[in-house]
Amino acid sequence: MSDHQHIVSSFDRDLETIQAHIMKMGGMVERAISDAARSLETRDDELAEEVRGRDKAIDALEEQINQEAARVLALRAPTARDLRLILTVIKISASLERIGDYAKNMAKRTSVLTRMSPVNGSPAALRRMAREVEEMLKDVLDAYIQRDQDLAREVMQRDQDVDQMYNAIFREFLTFMMEDPRNITACMHLHFIAKNTERMGDLVTAIAEQVVYLVSGEMPDEPRPKGDQTSVDPSIAPDIRA
Amino acid sequence: MYDAPKLERNVDDRTIKFSARNVHVFYGETEAIKGVDVDILDNTVTAFIGPSGCGKSTFLRCLNRMNDTIDICRVTGDIRLDGHDIYDRSVDPVQLRAKVGMVFQKPNPFPKSIYDNVAYGPRIHGLARTRADLDAIVEQSLRRAALWDEAKDRLDQPGTGLSGGQQQRLCIARAVATSPEVLLMDEPCSALDPIATAQVEELIDELRQDYSVVIVTHSMQQAARVSQKTAFFHLGHLVEFGDTGQIFTNPHDERTESYITGRIG
Repeated sequence: MSDHQHIVSSFDRDLETIQAHIMKMGGMVERAISDAARSLETRDDELAEEVRGRDKAIDALEEQINQEAARVLALRAPTARDLRLILTVIKISASLERIGDYAKNMAKRTSVLTRMSPVNGSPAALRRMAREVEEMLKDVLDAYIQRDQDLAREVMQRDQDVDQMYNAIFREFLTFMMEDPRNITACMHLHFIAKNTERMGDLVTAIAEQVVYLVSGEMPDEPRPKGDQTSVDPSIAPDIRA
Repeated sequence: MYDAPKLERNVDDRTIKFSARNVHVFYGETEAIKGVDVDILDNTVTAFIGPSGCGKSTFLRCLNRMNDTIDICRVTGDIRLDGHDIYDRSVDPVQLRAKVGMVFQKPNPFPKSIYDNVAYGPRIHGLARTRADLDAIVEQSLRRAALWDEAKDRLDQPGTGLSGGQQQRLCIARAVATSPEVLLMDEPCSALDPIATAQVEELIDELRQDYSVVIVTHSMQQAARVSQKTAFFHLGHLVEFGDTGQIFTNPHDERTESYITGRIG
């Protein structure tokens, strides 16, 4: 960020307000992931309900950020770094909103799962995965506010770990379902949670790309590491008939 | 950011029209331009931006030797139009200015009829043999400047009786009447309302098909809208020169960034 302030100081205040809202939204989404994963592991229906209820506030904040961004575009005609800031807050808030939706969906499925018999060990694995995503989100928000593109690039690399955790969980669920068909309903829900968490990792990566763009003016061109092999590698999803 | 007009109007813009190397300009002891190198392309709108006193107008005026009219002004370095040194002894500044037209900040029509305003240049340069030729040039120039429809029924009335925006378009018609190759515009819209400004901007984009246009403007948005290349001047230096899209979304120099984003720098 340029150290210099705008000649029109209200422009600075507008940009600061929008960024404060991004950080607030980021904090709410972090908490949603963390609480949803905890409610899943501890089978806490009340906490899950709370996570679902809080999603409205996240959506409202996205709406507010968009309005503020539109206002700056119309009134200030931002250029260069200011323009990139506005473009990135619009995209980052959209990504955060989607992550919030996935957390809410996790909480919804948790409420269903609490009425079923538990599947051994899997919620703990899911929570580890969610914690990794949450850490990535925290770091990418730090990278954003500190304009640290190295940290953002590091976060992008870590998405591989999430993808690999998902691969492992995918295999585990397949095994559970093959062992006992009574597990299928619960495992289907758990699998959706795992897949959604993996998608959260992708969205955090998208935010990291926006941070790189904001700081450097260029989208990162290195190929994104892809660790999710379940859709391309048949050996990960063995044929049940075998 | 891509420049839409460039995509719409597909013209060859690879030819270098003006080539300036190591240009210095002095007003007495004061050095106003401190070694500028720049290539101005044909069929391209080039915008010069920068704070007041940065030298952008001074540099613009070097391109058709308008600075010759200022006694204490001294220009050094090399400025070539189509490869020919315009400061060479053999060059007649009047002929040069017929090739390199200029439009000023304030509309300055001659105190003559609309017709005579446009016909003045072609007459003194002997571009028309007959009255019919001259009529054709006047009509074509006024059409070029998007003023024909408004002015065709009052060609014998004084140019000063037109509105500000119309007067500025009359000055543009006057400038294009001598079929110049380059058009220099020094803040052509700063005295105009938004509608007249939009008309002049549309005109600039049309003129680009036939001319190389260089525009000095204080309006950053205008520079972004009308130009394909932008040059940022600061304290007599050409700080940054590049594609307009790049200058306005991702300038490389901190001083450019500070200026276009409106920061104290």
